[in-house]
Amino acid sequence: MDQGIIGSIFTIIVFVSFIGIVWWAFSSRNKQKFDEAANLPFADEEKEKSKED
Amino acid sequence: MSETSQAQPDYNYKVVRQFTIMTIVWGIIGMGLGVFIAAQLFAPMLNFDTPWLTFSRLRPLHTNAVIFAFGGCALFATSYYIVQRTSQVRLFSDKLAAFTFWGWQAVIVLAVITLPMGLSSSKEYAELEWPIDILIALVWIAYIINFFGTLVIRKVSHIYVANWFLGAFMLTVAVLHIGNSMAIPVSFTKSYSLYAGAVDAMMQWWYGHNAVGFFLTAGFLGMMYYFVPKQAGRPVYSYRLSIVHFWALISLYIWAGPHHLHYTALPDWTQSLGMVMSIILFVPSWGGMINGIMTLSGAWHKLRTDPVLRFLIVSLSFYGMSTFEGPMMAIKTVNALSHYTDWTIGHVHSGALGWVAMVSIGSIYHLIPILFNQPAMYSTRLVNVHFWFATIGVVLYIVAMWMSGVLQGLMWRAVNADGTLTYSFVESLEASKPFYVVRFIGGCFVVTGMLVMAYNTWKTVRAPKGSIAVDPATQPA
Repeated sequence: MDQGIIGSIFTIIVFVSFIGIVWWAFSSRNKQKFDEAANLPFADEEKEKSKED
Repeated sequence: MSETSQAQPDYNYKVVRQFTIMTIVWGIIGMGLGVFIAAQLFAPMLNFDTPWLTFSRLRPLHTNAVIFAFGGCALFATSYYIVQRTSQVRLFSDKLAAFTFWGWQAVIVLAVITLPMGLSSSKEYAELEWPIDILIALVWIAYIINFFGTLVIRKVSHIYVANWFLGAFMLTVAVLHIGNSMAIPVSFTKSYSLYAGAVDAMMQWWYGHNAVGFFLTAGFLGMMYYFVPKQAGRPVYSYRLSIVHFWALISLYIWAGPHHLHYTALPDWTQSLGMVMSIILFVPSWGGMINGIMTLSGAWHKLRTDPVLRFLIVSLSFYGMSTFEGPMMAIKTVNALSHYTDWTIGHVHSGALGWVAMVSIGSIYHLIPILFNQPAMYSTRLVNVHFWFATIGVVLYIVAMWMSGVLQGLMWRAVNADGTLTYSFVESLEASKPFYVVRFIGGCFVVTGMLVMAYNTWKTVRAPKGSIAVDPATQPA
C-alpha cells in the first residue's frame, strides 16, 4: 500500500467516526443523559440546599 | 454562603487557594516583564548594557512567566476546583496536590534564575534546560494522576464536559513536552535536541502550536465550560454541541503546526496540509465560542451589572476574533505578508490577553470569594475598573501591532522597477517605533488592571467576616 491509499483510508475512518460522534451526540436516546450532565455544575449546590432544609 | 463551606468540608480548597493567589502574583510579574521589554524596543538603552537584562534573555522569561506561571497556575487552580465540584468528591491525593503546587513553583523559580543567565535550549516556549524539563514532566505526571484519579472516584455517573477538555489538555501537554524536549545532555546546563534540520523545526512547531491548542485553548475552554454557566446561573447553551466541539477541536488542532513554517525548508505538501487544517479549525473554534456566548441567551441583562460575567463573555469575543484571524493568517498568501512581522505578535496577544487572561481573571474573581469564605469580592466597582483597564489595554496593544505588522510586511516586500528592495530594514524599524510606544501604553493599562485585582483580592482575603455586603444584582443565580 502506498502513502496515498493509507491517507485515503485514514481520512474515511476519521470522517466516519466524526459522523458517528455527531449522531451519538444528537440522538434523542441520549438527550436525557446529556441534560443531566449539563446540570452537573449546579448539582452539588442542590445537594447543599436539601441538606440545609 | 457561610453554610456553603460547612456543607462541603470534604473538598481540598487549600491547593486551589495557593494556585489562585500565585496566578495573580505571576500575572503581575510576567506581564510587568512584558511591559519592560516592550519599552526596550523603542528605548534600547533600558537594557543598561547588562547581558541578563537584554531583550533576548528576558523575552523567553516573559513568555514562560505568562504562559506557564500565570496561565499554568490558573489552570491548576481551576481544574482542581472544577474536577472536585463536578465529581462531588475530594481530590484523589492531597500529597500529590501539594507536590504539584511546590513542584510547579520550583520550575518557575528555576526559569526566573536560568533564563536571564542565558541558559536556554533555544526552542521557543520550551527554552528551559533538561534538568528543569525532567522536573516539569514529573510534576505533570503527578497532576495527571491526581486529576484522573479524582474522576475515577467520582460520586456522579457523568463526567462533565469541562473535565474532558481539561483531561485532553493534560494528556496532550505531557506528550508534547516529553516529545519535543528529547535531548542529549552534554553538561548539567547544556543539551542538544535529538532532532535535526527540518524535522527539528517540525517537532518544535508541532509542540509550539499545540501548546497554543491544548495548553492555551483546550484547558481554558474547560474553564469556560464551568465558569460561564456558573456565573450566568444557567447550564451551557447546548451540551450536545459541546461534545461535537470537543472531538472536532482535539482531532483537528494537532495538524495545524506547519503553518508556523510556511515558505521554509519544510516540504510543500506539509505546509499545505497545515494550512488546510488550520482553516478547518475555524469551525470548531467558533462552535465553542457561540456555545459559550449563547449560554447567556435570555439573560443578557446580567452583562450590565456583573463585571465578572463581562470578563468571561468578552474573553469569548476575543477568542472568536483571534480564531478567525489565526486561520486567515495560516493561508500561505496572507502569511507571505504577515509572517515575521508584528502582526503575529498582535495575534498572539489578542489570544493571550483577550482570551486566556480574561477568562482566567473572570474565573478567579468568581473563585476568590468562595475560596476565602466571603459573600463577594471586596469591591465590585474595582472589578469593573479592572475590566476596562484590561479591555482598553488589549485593544491598544492589538491595534498598534496590526498597524505596525502590515506596515512592516508591505515595506519588506516593496521592490523597485529594477528589482532592488525599496526600503532597508532600519527604515521599517523606524516606521514601527510610534506603534511600539502605543503597545507599551497598552501593556501599562493591562498591568495596572492586574494591580487593581491584587489590591481587591488582598482586601477580600483580609476582610472581617460580615463586612462585605452583597449586591444581589451581581450575584450568580
